[in-house]
Amino acid sequence: MREITYRQALNEALAEELERDPNVFLMGEEVAEYQGAYKVSAGLLQRFGPGRIIDTPISENGFAGLGIGAAMVGLRPIIEFMTFSFSLVAFDQVVNNAPNMFMMSGGQFNIPITFRGPNGPAHQLGATHSHATENFYASVPGLKVCTPATPRDAKGLLKTAVRDDNPVLVLEAELLYSSKGMVEPPDEELLIPLGKAEVKREGSDVTVVCYAQTVPIALKVAAQLEEEDISAEIVDLRSIKPLDEKAIFDSIAKTHRVVIVEQDHPFCGVGAEICYRVQKDIFDELDAPILRVSQEDVPMPYNEHLEHAVLPNAEKLLAAVKQVCYA
Amino acid sequence: MQPVEQRDEVEMLSLMLLIRRFEERASQQYQAQKIGGFCHLYIGQEAVVVGAIAGVRPDDYVITAYRDHGHALARGTSADACMAELFGKETGCSRGLGGSMHFFDKQHHFYGGHAIVAAHVPLGVGLAFAIKYRGEDRVTLCFFGDGAINQGSFHEALNLAALYRLPIIFICENNLFAMGTSVKRSTSLKQIVDRAEGYDIPGEIVDGMNFREVRDKIAEVAESIRKESHPAFLEVRTYRYRGHSMSDPASYRTKDELEKYRLDDPIIRLRAQLTREGKLTNEQFDQLDKRAKQTVLDAVKFAEESPQLPVEKLYDYVYFNGAKS
Repeated sequence: MREITYRQALNEALAEELERDPNVFLMGEEVAEYQGAYKVSAGLLQRFGPGRIIDTPISENGFAGLGIGAAMVGLRPIIEFMTFSFSLVAFDQVVNNAPNMFMMSGGQFNIPITFRGPNGPAHQLGATHSHATENFYASVPGLKVCTPATPRDAKGLLKTAVRDDNPVLVLEAELLYSSKGMVEPPDEELLIPLGKAEVKREGSDVTVVCYAQTVPIALKVAAQLEEEDISAEIVDLRSIKPLDEKAIFDSIAKTHRVVIVEQDHPFCGVGAEICYRVQKDIFDELDAPILRVSQEDVPMPYNEHLEHAVLPNAEKLLAAVKQVCYA
Repeated sequence: MQPVEQRDEVEMLSLMLLIRRFEERASQQYQAQKIGGFCHLYIGQEAVVVGAIAGVRPDDYVITAYRDHGHALARGTSADACMAELFGKETGCSRGLGGSMHFFDKQHHFYGGHAIVAAHVPLGVGLAFAIKYRGEDRVTLCFFGDGAINQGSFHEALNLAALYRLPIIFICENNLFAMGTSVKRSTSLKQIVDRAEGYDIPGEIVDGMNFREVRDKIAEVAESIRKESHPAFLEVRTYRYRGHSMSDPASYRTKDELEKYRLDDPIIRLRAQLTREGKLTNEQFDQLDKRAKQTVLDAVKFAEESPQLPVEKLYDYVYFNGAKS
């Protein structure tokens, strides 16, 4: 193991998959000559050439559709959105074409495509550039959605996504590109399955379900809670769809209390689905009502202190955990 | 470079007849409520797709919009599989999961059947991208209607195809109406082909009621593309005899206009050409027509008798190699 950044981990995943399979190519805005808007694709143009690392004009709908068409005849495109906020311009392709094709064609055409890029609010980018899209996309049958929070998960999930025979969205955490973590050495194949959560910290008093940019928040809060003798178990979903129901249920069966901290909006958010499943299947395990910490139900304001008030954060999570623990 | 096989013109006429008779029967079965959803008929436009297919190779890629029955039949999908799809049966070309607007046939390189206007044009560009990526000499035929040319995805797709010099022929089947809105009321240009010029794509106007003109133009353009990859645009002028879909009485146009086009019918025209040249007798034509009608009747019987996909198999078609999530 060695320590690398989230950005480097994604870069390694791309390079390894491009190296392994000549059908894999990377396409998007500024991915080639500019070396990636967030430098995730740095060095790939030099290594793999302009035939496989392809700059596009600002035409998300067009190049997302191009990728889907290429996937219909067996290529394995990786389509980068500069941010998933811009994927909304290609919503029709991502929602109407990629996941519907397999059903619509009676199973003749699966679409082995990866859509990737930063997702979720960053810092003071305002309403148009701060979307957390995981709940929209997870609601579409035929799509898979993963949300890595660590360099190791970023590498392992992206590689798995590229090898999956279906459309997979890798929603990267914009704020975590420079964060560091331990990852297996490059000569060791790292594949992390979709639909498998990971307990990032074991605990016995309360379960905190989190993903993507809320994982570091949850870990920080768990450390604070330890000082107050509350032992929090941190369950990182890693994938939103498929959802690892079992990992959530197993943890709640141990702690009997749960807070979900999510980066999307509360209405029809990821946490709403989890709450439904928990009350339906393991109602008797609960010793307290489930609480959710999410964004406020407003478009994102630019003003820094208002943005802080909208986002899920450590103070809100700490308060929610204490409430379910009656502490 | 693999040559394009010359297709027999009598055979191509018989394919046009098959499409005509198929659509007439589909219309009747729709009215009898054997077919659900939306159903858009291709009657009047047969020379466009049959001409185009006759000008390319069977391994070239074909993709179109929702008025797609003719394209599947022209590509080689059986009338049985097409009719069964309309009936929603498991034996349909999309197992009854796609319906009229979503015909697919992988074996015959037919990539759909797409029902969001112009959303498939980028997919066509992707098919062409794959051809160039692999260094093949195939060509993609991407069909769409005059209604598609004002959608953003159309413009993005044309720009990408031109930028990457992809092997694709954009074929605008201009039947003068996008549903009930005439081209004059939807498009600021005097002629649709001028859209291509804006992307530095060579464009031409073709008489879509003339099988030979369509075939020869497509063959010529495809040959040029196979030599050196580039996109091309053809505005193929045609006319649909029926409404936009089964529910449209087409009251936005005059009887006179329809009659004018009927006199220029693509089937009558090719028949007359072949008869004049001594390649087809009236008796032979009647035989061809009788055969087409019978094929379609047999297809209805096949569709009627075919099973539906059982509910238990529903989740088999959400993820490839996958289970319920």
